[in-house]
Parts: sequence; structure tokens; C-alpha cells
Amino acid sequence: MSELRVLKRVKKIDRAAWFGQTTLQKVINGVLILLLLACLVPVFKWAVIDAQIRGSERCVTEGACWVFIKVRLLTFAFGFYETHELWRPVFVLSMWTLALVTIFRASYNFTLKILPFFITLLPLLSWGLLDGRWFGLPYIETAKWGGLLLSLMITLVSLSMAFPLGLLLALGRMSRLPLIKAGSVAFIELWRGVPLIAVLFMSSVMLPLVLPPGTEVDKLIRVFVGVSLFTSAYLAEVIRSGLNGVPKGQGEAASALGLGARQRLFLVVLPQALQAVIPSLVNSCISLFKDTSLVVVVGMFDLLGTVQQANTDPYWLGYSTEGYMFAGLIYWGVCFALSRFSLQLEKVRNV
Amino acid sequence: MKTLSVTVGVILALICAEGRADTVDSVKKRGYLKCGVSQGLPGFSTADKEGHWMGIDVDLCRAIAAAVLGDQSKVKYTPLTAKERFTALQSGEIDVLSRNTSYTLQRDASMGIDFAGVIYYDGQGFMVHKKLGVTSAGQLINASICINLGTTTELNVADYFRTNNVKYKLVTFEKNDEVVAAYDAGRCDAMSSDQSGLYADRTKLKNPSDHIVLPEKISKEPLGPAVRHGDNRWGDIVRWTLYTMLEGEELGVGAVNMNEMLKSDKPAIRRIVGLEGELGKNLGLDPDFARRILAQVGNYGEVFERNLGQSSPLKIERGMNALWNKGGLHYAMPFR
Repeated sequence: MSELRVLKRVKKIDRAAWFGQTTLQKVINGVLILLLLACLVPVFKWAVIDAQIRGSERCVTEGACWVFIKVRLLTFAFGFYETHELWRPVFVLSMWTLALVTIFRASYNFTLKILPFFITLLPLLSWGLLDGRWFGLPYIETAKWGGLLLSLMITLVSLSMAFPLGLLLALGRMSRLPLIKAGSVAFIELWRGVPLIAVLFMSSVMLPLVLPPGTEVDKLIRVFVGVSLFTSAYLAEVIRSGLNGVPKGQGEAASALGLGARQRLFLVVLPQALQAVIPSLVNSCISLFKDTSLVVVVGMFDLLGTVQQANTDPYWLGYSTEGYMFAGLIYWGVCFALSRFSLQLEKVRNV
Repeated sequence: MKTLSVTVGVILALICAEGRADTVDSVKKRGYLKCGVSQGLPGFSTADKEGHWMGIDVDLCRAIAAAVLGDQSKVKYTPLTAKERFTALQSGEIDVLSRNTSYTLQRDASMGIDFAGVIYYDGQGFMVHKKLGVTSAGQLINASICINLGTTTELNVADYFRTNNVKYKLVTFEKNDEVVAAYDAGRCDAMSSDQSGLYADRTKLKNPSDHIVLPEKISKEPLGPAVRHGDNRWGDIVRWTLYTMLEGEELGVGAVNMNEMLKSDKPAIRRIVGLEGELGKNLGLDPDFARRILAQVGNYGEVFERNLGQSSPLKIERGMNALWNKGGLHYAMPFR
């Protein structure tokens, strides 16, 4: 059935549902709608009608004070990154967007060829550009990276590291060699068994004590590694489910055609497995993006962290509602965009 | 579990500390100070929209940098959560912890850290509406009190009223912002929290000037900087940096009048600005260290006014944080 026809059907059912109701049902539904409106009106009044966005000082209005958001917008986007060096994070984020679009547009074979470059080069390039020292740019320490930039960097870099590792783990778990299989199972179960917040704590509180004195590993790198290992365990299971879903005959047919083990995997089994699990993969990405807000507990200023930080500015106390609403909207926006992206990807890849 | 991890941490830290070089030397070699601060506490350490840190805890970091490195701007701030702070100090991630940390026996003696004095005497107090006509906590009888659920705050209030045999009613909330909103809406007569927090909460109310923070403190929260246990030379420098700021206020020497004070002929002033005596040499610093602290950062009074006092949005009274000769508790040991 085509999409349009489904839509028409649904509309018909809708209309039938409303007009087919008894009077009592209509009254109850009507009252519920009115109640809902009664709840929404004060919110609308606060957020829009009584709100203030003009000026750069504290507000006098009873409604929402969006000036607070306006004044801190750059911080929420990039943290305390030097203002005159902002082209660097903008460039880095554009690079990633371009990479995602390429993956989206390109054929499977091309994606397969370019993916290894993306997941090794892009994180390194991003780090180099943002940090600056490798390219002779002014050095900007990781403590100054923040806001949405940091949330996205943690998500993207961790995903890049976690994906190949997850693939290896999935293959390892299906391996016939007992040692590899046991190792993969142990790794996956260990990381799936601990909450992310514990991983972050370990990486920021316990790890520095175990390392020999004098060695200093940047807190952000510790977070990258912790989040990557954590995510790889989940991705491994997602990929494994895809691999399991590919009919055995496919691999056997490939063997019959004389393909080697590697060709069989990369040209026949893996494409089908990955296509089947696109929704679950994107699901993992979305939950990872939302989980990045946990880095607040190790004193990093991601999007949520910068909002909380701004809430403690003595000149802007009392606007936390506006801050949290704004953060919520951004999180929702990014996650919604990701799920739309996944939907399109499924269509393009014909799942 | 928590005790175990802390114990393991402390043991490891002590082992690691053995081979560590002197903090002063490594700070000088590195060229900047690594200072652990709070991620955000109004008046103590907050970052403005350009990312510049400010607050009284931050100013202490700047003062130490001015004393040791000669430049108050040579500080790298590491925002820390309450849970991370001691590990960060033990592991050498920071040189000094200046993060509204209460000076307690357990922390001083068993956490592998040493406190170097008290920069702010905090304590739990009450805030009330002026129209109640209450001027002291003793007048709170049968009062309803808005409070954060399940913190020591709650226990302190219970202790206080039980000791004084007075009836009271608690109205508890999960989040501090809810406490403020409920108090502002008139759901209780008073709200209780650490006094520095009450002053910050007061700015969130509809009419801040209609409310007062009562002078009594029902708990002791002396907040001070901490260094690694066993690094006495560094501890001395941090301690005497704090004392320099206090002594500066006592002598009336600060950032505003430094140039005039350099011409003073009073011996105490000549000593602190480094024109006489060998104060710096004893600490392993140059003679001008105190002059730089006072000129670049200011004395305690200036720092307090700027971050917490009347020229800040918080408008905190000096109270216990006045100098000893003005009815407060701050007392710098003699500069001799």
C-alpha cells in the first residue's frame, strides 16, 4: 500500500472516530482538550507573551527572560572557546556534517572505502584543529571547549572509536576460536554491566591515582576512551544481531563463488547486516548523544554543564528555568534531526 | 565501598607522593599555577560569559600566582565537582584546591590533604521576610521552614530547634530552586541553607531587599584552601598568601592605595611591601611577594567587597568574616 493511501485511510478513520462518538464521549474529550489548553496557555504566556528578549541586562518582566540565553548563546554553543578562534570549531563541525552527508549520499562500496579514513582522520583532525598545537595555531586547552561543541565532539569522536571496536567485538563473539570468543564476551558483558556514570567517575577520579606520578592524561581524552569502550560494547551487540540476521546461505553462496573470507565478510555479509541494523545504530547514537550530558558529574561543561554554570553567575541568578528549557529544546532538536536522518538513510539504503 | 575507594586512593596517593618533586619548583618550572575551583558557586567561583573566572576562591588562586610567579593571570583553573576534588589534589592534577571546602578533622587528618587556613566562615542560617519583624533566629517560634530534603541542612535545623526546645514545622523540597520558589510564594516563614547560599538565593526573589538573612549560624562551615599532605613548603606559601591578604586589610594596604603606601614610613607597612626585613626569603620567595599580592589582587577587604560584599549582587554582610579587631574571626599571624 502506498504511503498516500495509508494516510487517507488514517484520516478517514479519524473522522469516523470523532463523529462516531456518543455525546458523552464528545463532552469528555472536549473537556480534556480544554484542560490541556488551560495548562498550555500559562506556559505560552510565560514563554512568549510576557517574555523579554531585548536588551542585555537583567529583565524586569514577570515572564521568561530570554535575554539570559541571548547573552550566553556563544557559551552554550562553544563553551569558553576563544572568541576570535571560533572559526576552528565551526570548521570542525562543518567537516563532520560533510562527512555524514557523504555517507548518506555515496554508494555502499564508496562508503566502505571512505569510512576508515573518516573514523581515523576526522577525530585526529578535529583534535588538532581545536587544540591547535599540531598546526601551529594558538593553543586552546580542552578545559575551554564546551557547550554543544563538546557534546557533539564526545558523541562523534567516541562513535568513531567505538564503531570499529564494536565490529571487532561482534566478529570476535561469533568467532570459533574459544579464546577470542571468551575475551569478546567478557569485554562486552563487563562494559554493559556498569553504568556510564561509573565509567566516567573511574576515568576522572580513580584512573589518575593509578597512573604513575607525573603522567598526565587530559581529562577529555580519558572521557573519550571511557565513553568509546562503553559504547563499543553496545554497538557490538547491535552489529552481532545484524550479522545473525543474514541468512547462512548468503555466506555459503559467496564461498561457492570462490570469495575469500575477507571478501565474503565485507562484500556480502556485512553490507546486509549493517543495512538491517541502521535503526538500532542510530538509536545508539541518539542515546549516546543524550548520555554525554553525564560529563557534568566530572566537572566538564557540555551543553547542560554550560547552562548550569551560567545559572551560578551572580549577575544572572534566578533564570535556571529558561536555561533548562533552552537546553532541552536543543537536545530535542538534535535528536529529532538524527532520527529523521536515520529514516532517510533507511529509505536510501532500502531496508 | 566508598570508604574502601577513598582508602585505596589515599594509599596510592601517598605512594605516588613519595617521588613527587616540590610543588613550588614544579609550578615555577611550568610557569603557571593549576588551581581547582568549583564549577559554579555565586561569589566563590563562577565564569562570566567570556570564560573569565571570578569569585573569592578564584582570587586566592590569583594571589598565589602573583606571589610565586609574579603574575596573577598565570593560573589554569580546573573546575571540579565535590566528589573529584580530593583525588584531583592527591593525583597532582591541581596544585591547590580552592573550592569552598569545609575544614574538618577527618579531611585534614585522613584524606592526604592539608588545609592552609580559612578564607570564608560559612554556616547554616535562616532567611526571613522583613515584614515578619524577626531579627534573630531565637524569635523563630512555631515557624514553618522551607528546606532541601535529606541533606545535613535538615539535621542541623532539627538539632537547633530541639536544643532550644522550640516547636517548628519543616516544608521540604527536592531541589534548591523549588525551595526558593516556595519561600518566595509565601509557603513558609523562613528558609534555611548555608548563609552564602541564602544570599545568592535572595537575588532570585521577586523583591530581594524585602528579605534579610538572620545573623545566627547554626552550623560551622569554615571554607578554606587545601594542599597535598606533606608538602610543607607549598603549604606555607598558600597559608601566608591568605594571611597577606588579611594583614593587608588590617594595615589598610591594598590595590587602590599601593603607590602611596610604598612611601609610608610605618615599619609594619614597610615590611609587608618588602622595603624592609626578609619576610619573602623565609618562604623561599622574593621580597616583593606580598606587594604583588596586594597590588595585583587586593587585600581581603577589597576581594570580599568585590565578590561577596556590597559591590556585588550578593550583598553579604561581613559578620564573622570581618577582621578580629572589628568583631570577626579573621586573624592573620604576625608578619615578623
